[in-house]
Parts: sequence; C-alpha cells; structure tokens
Amino acid sequence: MFSRAYRAVITVPPLLWVAVFLLVPYALLFCYSFWSVSADQVIVHSWSLDNYRELLHVHVYLQTLFRSMWIAARVTIFSLLLGYPLAYFLSFYAGARKDLFYQLVIIPLWVSYLVRAYAWKTILGSDGVLNTLLQYVHLTKHPLEFLLYSPFAVVLTLTHIYTPFAFLPIYASLEHIPRNLVEASHDLGASPLQTFWRVIFPLSIPGVLAGATFAFVLSLGDFLAPLLLGGPSGIMISNIVVSLFGAAYNWPLGAAISLCMLLLVLGLLFLSENLEKKWSFR
Amino acid sequence: MSTMTRQSAIESQTAPSAGSLLSIRKVAKSFGKNPVLRDISLEIAQGEFLTILGESGSGKTTLLRIIAGFESADSGEILMEGERLDVLPPYRRRVNTVFQHYALFPHLTVEENVGYGLRVAKLPKDEIWARVQEALAMVKMSTYAKSKPAKISGGQQQRIALARALVNRPKLLLLDEPLSALDANLRRQMQVELKSLQREVGIAFVFVTHDQEEAMVMSDRIALLRMGELEQVAPPREIYSRPATAYTAQFIGHTNLLRGEVHERVVRCGSLDWPVALPDGPALYSLRPENLRVVRTGAGGPGINVVRFRGRVCHRAFHGSTEMLQVECADGLKISVRTAAGDHRADDVELEFSPQDAVPVRESEERV
Repeated sequence: MFSRAYRAVITVPPLLWVAVFLLVPYALLFCYSFWSVSADQVIVHSWSLDNYRELLHVHVYLQTLFRSMWIAARVTIFSLLLGYPLAYFLSFYAGARKDLFYQLVIIPLWVSYLVRAYAWKTILGSDGVLNTLLQYVHLTKHPLEFLLYSPFAVVLTLTHIYTPFAFLPIYASLEHIPRNLVEASHDLGASPLQTFWRVIFPLSIPGVLAGATFAFVLSLGDFLAPLLLGGPSGIMISNIVVSLFGAAYNWPLGAAISLCMLLLVLGLLFLSENLEKKWSFR
Repeated sequence: MSTMTRQSAIESQTAPSAGSLLSIRKVAKSFGKNPVLRDISLEIAQGEFLTILGESGSGKTTLLRIIAGFESADSGEILMEGERLDVLPPYRRRVNTVFQHYALFPHLTVEENVGYGLRVAKLPKDEIWARVQEALAMVKMSTYAKSKPAKISGGQQQRIALARALVNRPKLLLLDEPLSALDANLRRQMQVELKSLQREVGIAFVFVTHDQEEAMVMSDRIALLRMGELEQVAPPREIYSRPATAYTAQFIGHTNLLRGEVHERVVRCGSLDWPVALPDGPALYSLRPENLRVVRTGAGGPGINVVRFRGRVCHRAFHGSTEMLQVECADGLKISVRTAAGDHRADDVELEFSPQDAVPVRESEERV
C-alpha cells in the first residue's frame, strides 16, 4: 500500500533509536558483567563468572536485594490499597466530577520526583512538620527518629509517588467494565457488595496486575528515595549499583547486579502479562 | 403504607382483571428538562405477554428500567401484587431482565452465568445444579454448559440470558429489545420459541421492541408508547383493526389516512363519500390497503354498502405474495392498495371498499 521508501522513512528512525540506546547498552552491560577490574583499576576483558559468584557469596548483595524486594512489595500493597478504592470511587460514584478527580490524581505526576521526595524529608525530619506538631500537642517529648532515614520513610515516599501508577491501570480496567453487567448482577439479586466481589473485582484483575507490576518494578529499581530518606537501614539494591559504577569503580560487578535485576524484572513482566491474559475475556 | 395497601386491595377487587400482577400508576420521569415519561398508567396481568412498542426515544426502555429498578420515577408508583415495588432496590425485586446485549458475565461459564442468581441467593448446591441443568435444557443449551460466553454465538447468548433470568422463577420477566441484535431468520425463529416458552412457564413477560411486526406476532397485548405517553393499549388484532389514533394506525401496519367532513350522516373525502354514524364536523379515517379491492372490469354495479371509485396506478411495489399499488384518484388523492401479486396489470383500475373497514381515528396531538 505504501512505497518502500515511505516505509523505510517511517521504520528506520525508531529501529535505530532502539538499537543505539537500548540494544547496544544492554549488550555492553552483558559483556561487562563477565569482565573484571585489575588491581590498578583497569577493566580486564577476560571472561569469567567471578562477578556472579561474588554476588551469591557476599552477604550484603543478596540481603540488599531481598530488602529491596520487601520494600517494593510493601509499596505495591499500599499503592493498591490506596489506588483501588480511589479508582473504584472515581469510576462508579464520582459522576460529573469524574474528570476533575482524575486530573487531581494525575497532577502530582507533573511535579518533579525530587521535589516530592524532599517534601517528605521536611515532613518526616527531626525538626520536620510532623515531629514539631507531635511535640506541640505533647504527644511526644522528643522527635521520633524512626520517621526519617528508615525503610519506613522509603516505603511511605515510594507509595506516595507510585500510587498514581497503580491507580491508572485499575481505573482503566474499571472503566471498561460494561455497566449493564453491574445492572445484570443487581437484577439477579446480588447486593452491591456481592456484585463487587463476584463481578467488578474479577473483571478488574488485569488492571490490578498491571498496577501492581508498575508499582513493584518502579520501586524495586528506585535509588533516589533510599538515597534521600533511607539512611543506612533503608539502602536498596540500586544504591549499590550506583556506588559500584561510581566511587567503587567496579563496573563489572555493577553490570552483573544490573543484569540480574533486569532478568528479575523481565520475568515479572512476563508473568504478569500471562496472568493478565488469563483474566481478560474479550 | 397501610392505607396504600388497603386502597390497592379494594382496587384489585373492583378491577376488571382479577389477576393483576403489576400496576403502574401515573409514573413520570424526566432527564433534566426532557420529559421522557408522562403519567404512564398500565396494568399487567398474571401470565400475560405485554409488549411495549415505540420508536426510539419514546421512553419504552426507560419505563422498563423503572420497573427493573435501574432508574427511579420522578412521581407515581408501581405495585406488584398490591405491594409497593418502586421503593425496593433492584436486587430485592422479584423481577428479572433480559438485556438488549445480553450482559452475560464474561468471566463465568454458561453454567455459572445461569446459576448466578441462585448462588447469590445462597441456595443449596445440589438444588442450584438441578435448576441450572433444567434451565439449560429448557433453552436447549445443555451441551454448552462449560463454555465461556465469548465462545458462543449471539443467538446462543440470547438463550443463556433467558435461562439466567428464568431460572430464578421471577414473577415478571422484562425483555429489552432482546432480539434486535439477531439476524432476520434467527429473529423470527426466536420469536416463536420465546412465545411458546412464555406459555410453558406461565410467567408474565414485558417485552420492549420498536418492531411492530414482532409485537403483533408475540403479544397478548400491545402498549403503544409515543413520546412518553401511551397512545393505545390493546390486543394485536384490536390495535390493528381498531386503531384509536392516526399515529397508531400509521405505526402499526400500513394505512391510508382519509381526511373528510361529516355532514348529515355522510362523510365526504374528496370525491368519495359513504354513510357514517358520527356527528357533523371534520373526521379522519384509517383504511388498510388490504381492505381495498380491485374490481374486475365488466363486473356488475356496486353492491349495497360498498364505496367504488376509479383511479390510475402510478407505482407498483412487489412484496412476494402481495403487491402494493399506489393509486391516484381523479381528485389527486393517493391511495395504497394491497393485492395478490401478479393480478391487475392494467393501469386504469376501479376500486372498492366497505365503509365499515374505514375506521374513524383521532388526530394524534403534537407533543414537544
């Protein structure tokens, strides 16, 4: 239908883009993960599995990876617990104000991540808004130290940042439920609660899975929130990668960790896509 | 509330049809400033097949949704067997609906769809199973029990929607244009099946359609709705042969509307006249095309009580077994005539009809 030249003009730029900025870096990452660093800080291009061995045997790497996953899991759960009711309310009960509420959920995404993370820092810090308030009303005598520089602060911040990402696919899936199914359920004698659990929730599962995947994957790879608010106990795996590529100058080990995370994330995406397919019926 | 039930008890004693199931009383509904239903009152008898017929925008679906409970009326009330129905939420009404696009739950199998109402009512498992199998057998869909709705055809989905509603043994089944998505042949077949099924189960059906032929084939009574008001409620034969208004006459079947003046017991429409029993004044008559006969040339003079006139055929439309002729009379009046196909090739014809076939109808008033 279209001429070859036209098709080439349309398809070559994106292919080039993907090749130069995606495939080549991944290939480099893959190569680096099998190389090593010599004592005098030079990358040695000899192939071995040493980096992967180190990854498995040095306690701190696995421990940090599991902590990151645990933080990401909590962020996912809280994002879903906040995002689902919000999406449900908007889709079914907001009526004419639907668009307004939708914009209100989206607007925070326009604010820089960094600004929002710093905002939590000023709220949670020992001289922060929350501690000052608690002392002012005499609920506490001293600032609560666990609020900032802890996994708690990281989970809180990441939940705040990624809830819209969990909300959006859930909202989309709820919007796609034909309303006559809800009416049919009521018509057949199901109360609103029964209708929710038997019709609405099952049909929104693809959205929940997509939202959970977003929240988990995005927070698993996060490094700013732990850097700004995590403290030593809130370090996540990406912080280790950053330092390995930076100060520690151990690119090969950093690449090996990155590759493991990449595989983990790809596995998750694959799994969630299959589950979503299983739960979609049209 | 107690005065309400006493009053309705008295009314049901005095009402002509003792077996009244549903009473719709002065139900009105507006969407914004748009009146959709204006003071609808309608009685539905036990076991009756009532069709609400109307064009799109006539309010027929809104009326059905008010009975089902998906919309609430602005005023008026609905009683089922003397009890207020309109105050109950939809899930407490002993009314089930077959939706226009079936609304089968896509994540459940055919069997689970049919058993849905019984499961939410928390009936024992073996009873649910038995009733579901019975309902599936009734609509001849037993072999599809384990299929998902997406895997079966439109006609089959239609049957499942029907089984899913009837399995709950409602007192009243509402059907919202359930056959409109089916192709013509399947549609005719389903009309017959649906009607015989309704006789079999004895449940009252309220059937909404815009198709007058469908309404005629299936109904015990037709309620013709026009712009939110009931134009006429009558059995199909009566509504066809005795239309009350010009709108009814034109909407149900084809008709010729003859406008004339009554003067001293004779009505005159152009060059035609015949004796009537109406007071003097303007009058409107509906004359069905099949009530006009083409007279063979050379036949004897007009019989007693027959109006005979001449005209010229200006258009012929072939319909298979019949043919529709447009005949123009000497005074310019155009009349449709239905004849057996193939007869009367001549262009100049002589026509006759019996005055009792010309039915006086009211003008349909303008509504905004």
